[in-house]
Amino acid sequence: MATDIRIDYYPTHEQEGIKFRRGHVLPFGATMVPNGINFSIYSSEAIDCTLVLFERGESAPFAEIRFPEEFRTGNVYSMIVFDLDYERLEYGYRMDGPFNPEKGHRFDKSIILSDPYAKAIGGRDTWLAKPNWDDIYPYRSRLVFEDFDWENDHPLETPIEDLVIYEMHVRGFTQHPSAEVKNPGTFAAIRSKIAYLKELGINCVELMPIYEFDEWENSKENPVTGGLIVNFWGYSTVNFFSPKAGYAATGKFGMQVDELKTLIKELHKNGIEVMLDVVFNHTAEGDHRGHTISFRGIDNKTYYMLTPEGYYFNFSGTGNTLNCNNPVVRNMVLDCLRYWAADYHIDGFRFDLAAILGRDQNGAPLSNPPLLESLAHDPILAKCKLVAEAWDAGGLYQVGSFPAYGRWAEWNGKYRDGIRKFLKGDDGLVGKMAQLVQGSPDLYYYRGPTASINFIACHDGFTLYDLFAYNEKHNIANGENNNDGGNDNDSWNHGVEGETEDAGINQLRHRQIKNALSILMVSQGVPMILSGDEMGVTKYGNNNTYCHDNELNWTDWGLLKKNADIYNFARHILRFRRAHPVLRSATHFQHRDYVGSGFPDISFHGTQAWKPDYSDSSKCLAFMLDGAHAKNGTIQDDMIYVAMNTYWDALYYELPVLSAGRNWYLAVNTSMPSGEDIFEIGKEPILSEQGRFLVGGRSTIILVGK
Amino acid sequence: MKVTIKDFDDIAVVEVEGNIDSKTAPEFERSTKLATEKSNIIAIDLTGVEFMSSAGLRVLLMLYRNVKAKEGKVVLVGVSEEIQDVMSMTGFINFFKIVEKQDEALSFLKQD
Repeated sequence: MATDIRIDYYPTHEQEGIKFRRGHVLPFGATMVPNGINFSIYSSEAIDCTLVLFERGESAPFAEIRFPEEFRTGNVYSMIVFDLDYERLEYGYRMDGPFNPEKGHRFDKSIILSDPYAKAIGGRDTWLAKPNWDDIYPYRSRLVFEDFDWENDHPLETPIEDLVIYEMHVRGFTQHPSAEVKNPGTFAAIRSKIAYLKELGINCVELMPIYEFDEWENSKENPVTGGLIVNFWGYSTVNFFSPKAGYAATGKFGMQVDELKTLIKELHKNGIEVMLDVVFNHTAEGDHRGHTISFRGIDNKTYYMLTPEGYYFNFSGTGNTLNCNNPVVRNMVLDCLRYWAADYHIDGFRFDLAAILGRDQNGAPLSNPPLLESLAHDPILAKCKLVAEAWDAGGLYQVGSFPAYGRWAEWNGKYRDGIRKFLKGDDGLVGKMAQLVQGSPDLYYYRGPTASINFIACHDGFTLYDLFAYNEKHNIANGENNNDGGNDNDSWNHGVEGETEDAGINQLRHRQIKNALSILMVSQGVPMILSGDEMGVTKYGNNNTYCHDNELNWTDWGLLKKNADIYNFARHILRFRRAHPVLRSATHFQHRDYVGSGFPDISFHGTQAWKPDYSDSSKCLAFMLDGAHAKNGTIQDDMIYVAMNTYWDALYYELPVLSAGRNWYLAVNTSMPSGEDIFEIGKEPILSEQGRFLVGGRSTIILVGK
Repeated sequence: MKVTIKDFDDIAVVEVEGNIDSKTAPEFERSTKLATEKSNIIAIDLTGVEFMSSAGLRVLLMLYRNVKAKEGKVVLVGVSEEIQDVMSMTGFINFFKIVEKQDEALSFLKQD
């Protein structure tokens, strides 16, 4: 038997009937070994460490075992404890050491600390189930089975330029009763919506944070409804290795890991990648007034960026900043991402406030940040998508200049801002638009269009519908007197603030949504849409709904019917992108004909063909893509001509002349009513007039030349 | 938890009563191993099981892998709706044929 062949599978020590021995220093965390569990934890400054063991859910531990001095190797304490019930076990640590905040030390052995490397956390097993506030150990480290049967599943490795990313909140997506699912708000419920996602045509879901967090954090009364304000979004990590138990219908049985893996396996089976929104910039422990959950009590000085006085730097805007470029913390982040990539088959990661990851231990931006470099060159992460939110709350804005190492893509905030301003009819944007639709070569000349994650709306800020229905944010319900949330929304309500019965305004809003979706889907780069925007979800003008577990964040599936025209349009425009490889180039255009087709790969036009008007007052831009240059000339595609008009009235656009034998066909005309606004692939009607097209006011058209 | 193994011609039927959790899973595993030594055509009757934890589900999957490697068959009988729900959400259900009664299992297993 394999369990008998090593002498270190047997105990050497005993305390009150519990048998143990010296453990293995690696891997960190708690690991099943034959006959027992290996515990290993690091602290640079602790002078003593005690392992605390609980039976699941019990208020008092059944054992506390101090690590004998000979079990410490360097700064790592390790121990194997035998005959534990790994399924019922909860464990934590007490760390003894100096409490001297000015020097950065905050040890307190009266607190039981969660393991930074725990693979599951107990205590918040069911979403918003009332916790035991008197628990001496509220966030309990647990073990999980890591033997999931993936069969032949594998991350999909879809070329990033072929992705359409769908940013989704696990609970928000199916919690509304209209979702009509069995276990609303869970990983399992997303599975029952896979058919919908396929029909919509996305091929990557980006899950907003699913690392264990505490929805009760900073909970208080909602000043508008009298209900509860909670941490709904979850940008406040309690543990980086553990999936949020409250997002699993089986969380109450401790089976969240299997449920999430089953979802990922099923999404992969349907050709949909899974990207995680990961928050490595701060933790849930807050500033010096916050709770001690784990890191602060284990090794405050290592895990956090501290001011010279021992307070917390706050580049995240949430109280503390993870000390990502400390070599130990860097390794933890790397271990964590490797774990998610290898054990959960995650296809990519989007790093929240990623500019922080490029700051040194004193907060200064690094020119060559070791963490970002390590991630870019890591062998296990080699095929994962790495996407940065390339700014932070400390004023570091790196869109276009994030250290990329040939790997990193960015949320292109400048794309969002430019498209929004253009669509509401601002002056001086035509030149900018020409860059944006090309994948922003002005920002990413050396990195290619695949560096640009294009989006117009995301979880932060207005939904796409609200972008065209509100001039101002309406955040009173957040309980901060409307002071939270951004003020630079570049939004326009089209005449009335919020909901209106005015048919003309509603029609215009719908048209603007279609304009936005059209431009997004014909832009080079990687499009991302916010979940629900395809059916016109509204948050009633709230642009920072992080704290609402209610209709503000729950997708109302009834909108599929109410806004059927938007959904129908979204579905078809996604198909249009998928059908035309010329829209999905991995490299920048060269503005010349390098395949001998007679046309440059891209050309720009205005109301007159071949004469774009970049003047300040211009509101017209058209561009033509030559299908012979699709994917660098390796695939033959149709010609595609896109004309955008943000002037209030209709204007004639002279069309470029096609090569002999080809004609222009109408694929999209957002000024037309539903049914005539977008046509199925292959069923586009031929234009009766091939020389010019009357583009409606505030409208977009797309033609196919074939 | 109590486990009884019965033989019906070539078929081994494992009847379980009580909860299968990390405390009882090792015994359950031993019983399923005994059954696989007798036959590679197996029915696991869970009519008397109210709760099955992650450890229990893993024993089932190990059994499935074992039997499949020997080109055998396994059927689960009388799985409560709650356990089926958990199996469905955690993906375990995809590996198993589930029937309500033992005689259904036997006639299914007797088909070549």
